[in-house]
Amino acid sequence: MTITIKNLHKKFGKNTVLKGVDVSIDEGRIYAILGPNGSGKTTLIKSILGMVIPDKGSIEVLDKPIKKDWKYRKKIDYLPQIANFPPNIRVKELINMIKDLRNSPSAEQALIEQFGLEPFMDKKLSTLSGGTKQKVNLVLTFMFDSPLIILDEPTTGLEPKALISLKQLIQKEKAQGKTILITSHIMQFVEEIADEILYLLEGEIYFKGGIKKLMEQTRQTTFEHAIAALTTSDSHA
Amino acid sequence: MLKILKYSFYDLIRSRWSYVYFLFYLLLGFVLLFLNNDVSKAVITLMNVIIVLIPLIGTIFGVMYYYNSREFTELLLAQPIKRSSIFMGQYFGVAGSLTLSLILGLGIPFLLYGLLRSNAIFDFSLLLVTGAFLTFIFVGLSFVIAINNENKIKGFGYAVLLWLFLAVVYDGLFLMSLIIFEEYPLDTFSLVATALNPIDLSRILILLKLDISALLGYTGAIFKSFFGTNLGFLVSMAILLIWTILPILGIRYKTERKDF
Repeated sequence: MTITIKNLHKKFGKNTVLKGVDVSIDEGRIYAILGPNGSGKTTLIKSILGMVIPDKGSIEVLDKPIKKDWKYRKKIDYLPQIANFPPNIRVKELINMIKDLRNSPSAEQALIEQFGLEPFMDKKLSTLSGGTKQKVNLVLTFMFDSPLIILDEPTTGLEPKALISLKQLIQKEKAQGKTILITSHIMQFVEEIADEILYLLEGEIYFKGGIKKLMEQTRQTTFEHAIAALTTSDSHA
Repeated sequence: MLKILKYSFYDLIRSRWSYVYFLFYLLLGFVLLFLNNDVSKAVITLMNVIIVLIPLIGTIFGVMYYYNSREFTELLLAQPIKRSSIFMGQYFGVAGSLTLSLILGLGIPFLLYGLLRSNAIFDFSLLLVTGAFLTFIFVGLSFVIAINNENKIKGFGYAVLLWLFLAVVYDGLFLMSLIIFEEYPLDTFSLVATALNPIDLSRILILLKLDISALLGYTGAIFKSFFGTNLGFLVSMAILLIWTILPILGIRYKTERKDF
């Protein structure tokens, strides 16, 4: 079991975001965390990363409780949403800096070539377009070799060629036995790569299972419609 | 922590504002020495300027840096780094680079003028030491305010209000209470009230070391008999140290519990 979450609760002020999430993530599979806006996807991810501190419940990553720990993050590669990097710094410097901070072996050169980032290496981050920034973000995430990968909206701003590269990267990592968590609003992308769906609704896991099971349960013929039907149907997983 | 400190420091050292701050002190130092033509007198004028300016710049820089680096902080939080290391690194980066600007900016003109041969070297060093203390104190306070306020405008507002209170309003209240209660013995009260405000404390500390306390009349004599002694000096330094440590503890306490 890569991640075990038990009875996770989180409130922001009066706004209850997570109401008792129980879920376990198995090794070597690709999970898509889906749900309407504000359903708690990012909060769930940030709780796993220790950026959000839960009110109640426990999280274990690789069989160790994460409370008050930080070393376990060495085992996680995280791609944050909308990469907003410090503007004054150059791409090369940022990559070197994250390498220096993590202090683990990295393979950035192949990724830089794959995403065609060579001409941007000496440019300041503030001058890059949104899509290029996202490519830098992807390089920063995939250059390390960690057993757990968490991607928050990885497709944002990517051109088709880069999107294909991203899918190849994800499949390559999966083939190495890594566990991958993804949030995305692009259903076609999710359908293509995800082994299992975690559907969050109003702070709870509303559905967990494969795409086939989801279609059967909602009696829909397309994945997109099945997801949309989840929100309205009364079938409970 | 040292790695974060290194990067914050580099980031600030490369930013335009550090140079503006450094050049301002450089210019101020040269102009004052040129106009006064005397190291001791220049130190007094300098004190009046920096005792108000350092807290203001420290506050504004601290708040600005915290809010501007928020996204970057999020990136760091997902890395295998201890939370307290991230924020302590940023804090010491900001406070350290401001202090460096102060020391270099004022140090260069005074050294060129012949500080080492004058007898004002102790006064001048005291000025720099209290300046460094004030920088660390006010950057710390502004970090605490910024961490507690998600809203940038609010955070900025509170930080400037804090500066206004300690630099201006506090003195007004202090004077008013001296006038209202003039019939009572106020020696202890004024000593304590001065010690509680880091800006006032620094001012008194430098004034007394400059041996111009005679200008302060009776109050000056009382102050001199306390702050002027070695014990008083040590107590004042200890209070400045406490003022420095409290915001640091505040930053650590708050960041351990905050959601990002």
